[in-house]
This record gives sequence, C-alpha cells and structure tokens, in this order.
Amino acid sequence: MPHESSPPRDAVPASVERSVAATTRSSEEVKRQRAQVFIRAVGMLPVLVLLCIAFHFLSDGRFFTGQNLGIVLQQAAVNTVLAAGMTFVILTGGIDLSVGSILAVSAMAGLTLSKVPGLAEFWLPVSVLAGLAFGLVNGALIAALRLPPFIVTLGSLTAVRGIARLIGADTTVFNPSIPFAFIGNGSLTLIPGVISIPWLSVVALLVILASWFVLRRTVLGVHIYAVGGNESAARLAGIKVWAVILFVYGVSGLLAGLGGAMQAARLYAANGLQLGQSYELDAITAVILGGTSFVGGIGSIWGTLVGALIIAVLSNGLILTGVSDVWQYVIKGLVIIGAVALDRYRLHASART
Amino acid sequence: MSEPILEMRRVSKSFFGMKALRDVDLTAYPGEVHAVMGENGAGKSTLMKVLSGAYRPDPGGEIRIDGKAARIDGPLAGRAAGISIIYQELSLAPNLTVAENIYLGRETSRSGLIARASMRESVFPMLARLGADFAPDTLVGDLSIGRQQLVEIARALAAKSKILIMDEPTTALSAGETERLFALIQQLRADGLAILYISHRMDEIYRLADRVTVLRDGALVGSLDRTQIKAETIIRMMVGRDVSSFYKKEHDPRAVRGRPVLSVVDVADGKRVKGCSLTVHAGEVLGLAGLVGAGRTELAHLIFGAAAMTSGEIRLENRPIEIGSPHEALENGIAYLTEDRKAFGLFLDMSCLYNINLGVLGRDASLGGVMNRQKARERARNAFSSLSIRAPGPQVTAGSLSGGNQQKVLLSRLLAASPKVLILDEPTRGVDVGAKSEIYTIIDNLAKAGVAILVISSDLPEVIGICDRVLVMKAGRIAGEAAPQTASPLTQENIMRLATGTGELDAA
Repeated sequence: MPHESSPPRDAVPASVERSVAATTRSSEEVKRQRAQVFIRAVGMLPVLVLLCIAFHFLSDGRFFTGQNLGIVLQQAAVNTVLAAGMTFVILTGGIDLSVGSILAVSAMAGLTLSKVPGLAEFWLPVSVLAGLAFGLVNGALIAALRLPPFIVTLGSLTAVRGIARLIGADTTVFNPSIPFAFIGNGSLTLIPGVISIPWLSVVALLVILASWFVLRRTVLGVHIYAVGGNESAARLAGIKVWAVILFVYGVSGLLAGLGGAMQAARLYAANGLQLGQSYELDAITAVILGGTSFVGGIGSIWGTLVGALIIAVLSNGLILTGVSDVWQYVIKGLVIIGAVALDRYRLHASART
Repeated sequence: MSEPILEMRRVSKSFFGMKALRDVDLTAYPGEVHAVMGENGAGKSTLMKVLSGAYRPDPGGEIRIDGKAARIDGPLAGRAAGISIIYQELSLAPNLTVAENIYLGRETSRSGLIARASMRESVFPMLARLGADFAPDTLVGDLSIGRQQLVEIARALAAKSKILIMDEPTTALSAGETERLFALIQQLRADGLAILYISHRMDEIYRLADRVTVLRDGALVGSLDRTQIKAETIIRMMVGRDVSSFYKKEHDPRAVRGRPVLSVVDVADGKRVKGCSLTVHAGEVLGLAGLVGAGRTELAHLIFGAAAMTSGEIRLENRPIEIGSPHEALENGIAYLTEDRKAFGLFLDMSCLYNINLGVLGRDASLGGVMNRQKARERARNAFSSLSIRAPGPQVTAGSLSGGNQQKVLLSRLLAASPKVLILDEPTRGVDVGAKSEIYTIIDNLAKAGVAILVISSDLPEVIGICDRVLVMKAGRIAGEAAPQTASPLTQENIMRLATGTGELDAA
C-alpha cells in the first residue's frame, strides 16, 4: 500500500478516505478541496482589506479617497503586469530574475525609437516586442540547453541591464512628446466627474484577465500547470515541455516589455542604469503573496493581483502615515513574511475542516 | 510458546472525527512472521504507523512491549522501544553513504565530531550478516532498490530492534532479490525477531507467514494460524465477499492473431537494452517478464520515445516509424503506462478531470486552444463509470485517491487517446486485490477490442494469468519465450529459468 505509507500532502491519510467512503464523506471531500482552492485563490484578500482599513485610520482618513485610491492603482499597475508574467514562470517551477532589466531595455528601446521622426508611433509595439525577444532568449536557453532558470535569468539580469545602458550610451533618454503618453498619465473616465481609472491600471487589469483566460480556459494553461506539477509526467503524457517553457519565459519577457512601455509613457524618460532596479523582487513577492507555490503547479492569477495590491497599499500607506523611508523597508519585509506565514497556517488549518 | 513481545489492545485512531482504526488487537511473538493483510484503506498502514510512533493513537488503547506498557509518542520513542519500520517507499538519504544512513540520527561522535571510521568498521559485520555485496562507503543512491532495502534492514538491526515492520517489501524487488529477502527474513525470524509483514501477495504469505491478521475498514476481522492459511479464506476475510475468477483471460488471441501491430527489430540503447526484437499482434496480451534490471522498462521507454535508440527499427502495422519523443509515440497510437505513477504518471495536485483529459485536450480544443470543458467533463464521467473509479468526483485531486483508483485514472488518460498499442509497465503495482481484478478485466476487454497489449510485470502469477504468451528478458536481451502448447510452456518455473539463465541452452 504505497499510497498510504508515504505521508500524503493533505493531513488525511488515504486510508481514512476509503474506509469512511460514504456518500456524505464524498461530498465533504469535494467541499474540502473546493474550500482549499477558494482559500488559496482569495488567500491574502483579508490581509489586503485589513491593511487598507488600518491605514485609513492611521492616516486620519486619507486612505479611502478617490484620489489616493487612484494613486495606489497606478502604482500597482507595472508590478501587476510583471507579476502576471512571473506567475506563468513560477507555475512551471521556474523563476525569472531578469524582468527588471528587460523592462529597462524595452523602455530604452521604445524611447529611443520615439525620437526618430516617422517611426515614433511604432515605439510602443517595438518596446513590447523587445521584451518578448529577450524573454524568448531566456526560454530557449532554459528549454533547449536545460540550464537552471535561476542561473540563466541571473545572467540575463546583468547582461540585459548592460544592454539597456548601451542603448542610451549610459545616459537618460527624454522625450516629452512621446506618442501614447496618455497610457502613462491619463485616466479612463467611466462616470464623468465621479469615477475614472488610470489607463495604467486598465492595462494591468486587461493583462490579468488575459492571463486568467490562458491559464484556466486553454489547453496551454493546463499544460503549464502540468509541467509545474510533474515535469517528467508531463513529458511522458506527450506534452511538449520545451514549448511550454519557451512560452512562459516569452510571456514574462513580453509583459516586462509592456511594463517598460508603461514606465516610458508615464515618465517620458528612461535611464538604463536605474529604471526597473529590483522590480523582479517585487514581482516575485506579489506572486508568492498570492499563494502560488514556489515549486510550481499550484497557484492563481487572482492571488497575484491581490499580492501586487498588497505591496502597493503598503508603500502608499506607509508614506501616508509618515513612516520614514528606512523603516518602510523593515516593515514591508516583515509584513511579507508574516502574511505568508499566516497563509501557510490557514492552509494547514483548512485541511482539517 | 514464549511470552508475546508485542500486545496491542483496543487501539483506535481517528483523523478529525473519522475512525481509521477501531479497537484493533494484535499480538506478536518473538521468532514469528506475522502477516497483516487487508485491502488498501483497511488500516494496515495506519496501525503500523501507530506502532512505530508516526501517528499517536486515540486514548483508551494500550500497547505493551515485552509485557510492559509502552508509551510510543513519536518515531524516536518507537525506535527506543525496539520497533523499526521499513516503508515500501524507502526512507534513505541517497546522497549519503551506506554507513551514514545506517547511523542516521544516531551518529557516533567523538567530542562532537563524527566518528566516521568507527561507524564504518561497525557496519562491516552487519552487512556481512545480511549477505550484502556492497561496501559501507557506497553511496545509497547508487544501489538498486533491493540493496537499499538491505540498508534499511541493517539500520533496524543496528538500532537493536526486536520488532521489525515491513510494509510491502517486495513490490519493487526482482524475483532474485525477493528470494534473498525471504531467506533473510527467515534468518531474522530464527534470530528471534518478531516481523510484522504487510503484503498483498498470497504466495508470499504462504511462504513466510506463521500467522495472518486481517483488517477490514479499520477493524480486526480475525487471525489465522499457519495451518488455517488459505487464499480463499483470506480473500473472503479481506473483501467480505468471494472474489471469483481473479485473473481474466476471456479474449481469444487466435481469433484475431495474425495481424502484427507493433514490431520491434533489434532495438538497442547502447546501455541496458542490447538488441531486442518482438512483435505484438492485435488483440494479443504479450507479457514481458524478467528480473528487475533486465532492461524491460528501458525497452518500453525506447518504444515510447522516452529514451533514445542507438540502433534498431520500430514498425507499426508494417511501416517503419520514427519515434523521437513520447509525443510522437502517442500520435502514432502507442501509449505507455509508467511503473511509477506518482513520479512519472499523475499530476497529484491536479483534478482527476484534467489528469484524465490531459492527452486529448488539444484534440478537443476549439480554435486558439480554448478548452472544450463540456467534453472533458463528459469524458471524465464516462471514465469514472466505465472503469468504476471510486472517488467523490472528477473534481478532486488525483493525489487524494487510493492507489488502485489512481491507477485507473492514469489508465483512463491512456485510453482516452484510443491507442493501437498499449504498453503497461507493472499495471497492478501497489494496487489492492479488488482493483487488481478490475484492472485485469479492463486489460481483457481491451484485448477483445483488438488493442495490442504489452504487459511488463514482475508478478509471475499475474503474467501467467492474463498474458497469451510471455517473452523473458535477461541482461538486455530477449532470453526466450514461454507460450502454451509449445516446448516451453507458460509456467512460473519456465519463466524463472529463462530469467535467471539456468537453461540458456534450451532457450537458445
């Protein structure tokens, strides 16, 4: 009975499942697993809500204002886009450390092109495609040469940063009249004078919806979960594992490129050295806060969205409450560790009910 | 008879309000092999885990060792009380040496430094006693499963255990390794150890057991003395009903025989497979027997494209085909059931629905790869009913199912692709009696439907019970064939003779 002798992942041994396999028990098992999926999906939502409420009171009611919420959403946007790509990668059990550098290189490429008369309008697709190209290089190295993702993307973290500096001859590139600047600074007005959403956030939300569709409604999505869950089994099941790996790093690069375009449109400028520094860490943090398993195969894009919002709310709230910059770092780090610890504890508890 | 070394009285164990064990009694004496039997889920493993300290029993029961009440509240306490457990899935550290594994957790140290040399020295006589042919500083990861098991036993002996629990020790062993293990078990019994032996295999129980205790649904059904041990009695006690016609061979191979579906010609991989040829016909169940390490799984991997061939040819319906990956094998209608469903087969965190549909999602999908979820649900429901998969529903994760049901889920995935050739590698490993019988029926029905089936199995009664003819592999080559109405009939002796090579002249 090998399936009983190894400790099962959930705390209930298979023996119990069979021996009490009455119909009531069956529906309980379904309910239990549904509850677990739900808790994983919404996971950190309560933490997010609590953080918002706490900051509202600590900042004397300055958090829940239309203007401030707009700022939070705008600040969360780029990280949300990067984290969405990171979710694809981490679901396969990989990691992409190069997204910050890819963001910088595509912003630099986009801004440089936007200053060329006649081609300026093409800066946006070019910067997105530049990101895709670097992502595909990562994916090819990992899929074809079977190199560890951590090492490959650690390498490209440095190399691509160098390329970003090369593009602008290591200076800051400005373009105050960059086309499509509204994406970075404009808002989509839903009800005139009452509700308007920053375009950056609209883009981020569209990315999340598209990611959800790919992950949950397409064959490719199932294959991504399968590769992360058990790569050898995926190969034996006839899945082209290399294609899945290439895809997820391509997506991560593409979304990093989109993030670069968003930054360029917002700032009208980019600096190859500074732009996107350590963005990869925020993206990874958002994914982990969102309950995606670091070894792959388990997780959801909604969790990632919540994770990215938590990071944005933390930054915003700590500024509102006047915490010094130095302490913001300490508090952010502790909240992240605490939140994940709480999540693990609750998951564990939900296995018992 | 001597005093009992172990008395378990009214031992219960609940998990979150559900009883996995109900008032179970078990008595074991020194110098006896006591078999514990029951279907998967009957509570054998739970009982053994309570005894070894992996689980804490509910209050109310009692465990006495050597006549004294024992409190086993953790694995260390279990070990201190003289109880060692050898799980079927071995719990050794592959990156450490044999000696380091034997002393794991109890390292001899000299002023805080590991006394490697003295540990090494003391391991020598232990290994000699077990008849081991490897050195104490061999890395455990380099040893075969059978030898790793010897290391586990050595670890138990080094801990001066009086009670040794073995949980299906022969599942992963070849016939030769099994023989050696049995000899060792008899030696340990003679030395006065009490051995609690969990197994599904009736022939092992006949050979080894002095007594049999049967559990069903977490409760004790009864115990039998050696003289009372009969297969029918035990099976009836285990399942609570009669299991008639255990093996199934209703399909008639002669009716459809003649149309070769898969031919393998002189296939080799330059390592373990040294030129093998075989042909499977439509509607035929061809067995592939041999010792573990004979190259059977490796040959299957070559046919399935999971490993690269260095020479040879594979022909499907008389056309040579190139198979470079499992993906291409599946496209050609060749499906392969892995011998290790957890490591290479299932996605334990994914729902049964996806596990079943994984291979055909692409075929069913609409434009742009959007899943056809309706079709997937239907297929999963059909699989559940036609293979009688017992699970709350297709939405639950594959990891939460019992072994037999997991195997059926994996089988459904292969069958969803309607293969022409089905390679089944140890199809009933770690599967309980009831599900075994059902899997045999499934195989039989597939053969009736004209599928060409290649069954790799180390379970000789199974091979003989379900296969039409059997090829025996030895050291990377086909050593011979056993088939009814030939000079080399389909018998266990014949297969063993070919597998071990005592009679090579006859085979050639």
